[in-house]
Amino acid sequence: MAAPQVAGIPRAAKVVQPGDVAARLLTMLFAAIVFLLVVLLVFELWVGSAASRQKFGWGFITSTAWNPVTDEFGALPFIYGTVVTSVVALLISIPLGVGAAIFLSELAPAGPSNALTFLVELLAAIPSVIYGLLAIFTLVPIMRLYIEPFLKATLGFLPIFQGPAFGVGYLTAGIILAIMTFPFIISVSREALLAVPREQREAALALGATKWEATWDVVVPYAKLGIYGSIFLGLARALGETMAVTMVVGNSPEVRASLLAPGYSIAAVIANEFSEASGSVRPAALVELGLVLFFLTIVINALARLLIIATTSKGSKRP
Amino acid sequence: MRLRWRKTVNKVMLAATGVCTLISISALFVILAYLLINGTKSLDWNFFTQLPKATGEAGGGMANAILGTLEIVGLASVMGIPIGFMAGVYLAEFEDKAFGAVVRYTADLLNGVPSIIVGILAWTLVVVGMRHFSAFAGSVALAVMLIPIVTRQTEQFLREVPMSLREGALALGASKWKMIATVVVPAGSKGVVTGMILGVARIAGETAPLLFTALNNQFWGGLNQPTASLPVMIYNRAISPYEDWHRQAWAAGLVLIAMVLIANIAARLVLARGISVPRG
Repeated sequence: MAAPQVAGIPRAAKVVQPGDVAARLLTMLFAAIVFLLVVLLVFELWVGSAASRQKFGWGFITSTAWNPVTDEFGALPFIYGTVVTSVVALLISIPLGVGAAIFLSELAPAGPSNALTFLVELLAAIPSVIYGLLAIFTLVPIMRLYIEPFLKATLGFLPIFQGPAFGVGYLTAGIILAIMTFPFIISVSREALLAVPREQREAALALGATKWEATWDVVVPYAKLGIYGSIFLGLARALGETMAVTMVVGNSPEVRASLLAPGYSIAAVIANEFSEASGSVRPAALVELGLVLFFLTIVINALARLLIIATTSKGSKRP
Repeated sequence: MRLRWRKTVNKVMLAATGVCTLISISALFVILAYLLINGTKSLDWNFFTQLPKATGEAGGGMANAILGTLEIVGLASVMGIPIGFMAGVYLAEFEDKAFGAVVRYTADLLNGVPSIIVGILAWTLVVVGMRHFSAFAGSVALAVMLIPIVTRQTEQFLREVPMSLREGALALGASKWKMIATVVVPAGSKGVVTGMILGVARIAGETAPLLFTALNNQFWGGLNQPTASLPVMIYNRAISPYEDWHRQAWAAGLVLIAMVLIANIAARLVLARGISVPRG
């Protein structure tokens, strides 16, 4: 090994040994694999959907056709179902998640708060097929027998709560998705709330605010970007969630106003039809649906990350 | 009067946040309770030792799915962990500004890609090429999901190793790769291993990417054949119309969740002891 024979002390950074170059190139090669996988993914989705993109063009997005016999395919019922179930999920999980995050960061002492957060995070580790299993055998009957008839009886004048109660449908899928998304909202929102400087709380309390006023009017606005970030993170998960939705959404490729009606989602139709799709157009249409879902989730994920980074850097800059 | 109103709002809202927490936590216990009650009723020795019976016939087990899951997840780990680990070492120790940022961004992006889309990738790469479904195709799909998780976890925990340890090694004349291999990686090993366990636990429960790669099988299967796995079995049994298959779905659910939760809790306990800084 050619150690530098220079008088004086060589700086560590300048001592480049052959092994270092090799190690650097080797690890860089593996890092390049990560990058190449994403390139490959986009490439395969693009090429795989070529037949469908050429046949349907942009009309694919707005068409409601799904007919394997005549090879007519459109994405609208699936995009609609994906968005509706995710919105229902967020309507439930945002108040629940942000509320719990406030409790865990502002009221609970550190020890119990960490323990409870660990339990909530375990929810995120449960495989989605298990959520689906529970939903089929417990949630669906409860929805059919109690909740949906109740909604029809009380709010049935609204178009979103009309039609027969099947138990499966947008609403049931949304509720399951809510349970799957709030662990993310709680965990990330809590971090954002804990990052708010103590002085902010103390100043508000010193001015005579009650605990709730200090929290809601001072602490929560201070952490709001991180909370938005957590919501987008939950949304990205809800949009791409497959198994639990497939098992309870009803799998009916139509656009319906009622939340009680059975619908479909992008991920669910790929899961159900991909392995038996034959011909050239049908697999391509399914891959194009995958492409649409891919773009939806990366945009939402990027937004989430930007917002979360913005809060963590903001905390240190403010006086 | 106004003060009393404000104090009431204070109490009501603070109580409401407590209720939110209670509902969230109880979701976990309700899920576990249902699985325990329904799962233990259905779990018997046959479940672990026998093959599934023909469609609709009562009895039988899921020995092939248990073995299949071990096969698919094992092979995915063998492929995914080294790649993810090395990429993580690169990000933590060798990072060039531009390429490092690109790799980090794409790793996060890949982490956020819905698992069903990763399944499409593995399908086009392996199933279309080999012209049949196989456990190997399923492993590729799961490996693609595992790589970004291991990459980011490895990077994170290597970065937490104190700079002074690195400087000490360099000052003793170690080359950089020797410093990484003998000081940085051993010091960060607990965190890195935790990250790997959590990653493997996460992919072990994945169903969507296996649906059209590993598919399913009534019999033992093999790396080069369609192979049963616990998650796909649960899905398959749960949506079937047969009472006895529902019973088996619960049993499989209990086994799967036990595996995943034990891995998660074990990993957390290892991590709780923190970075293993060598002393003395």
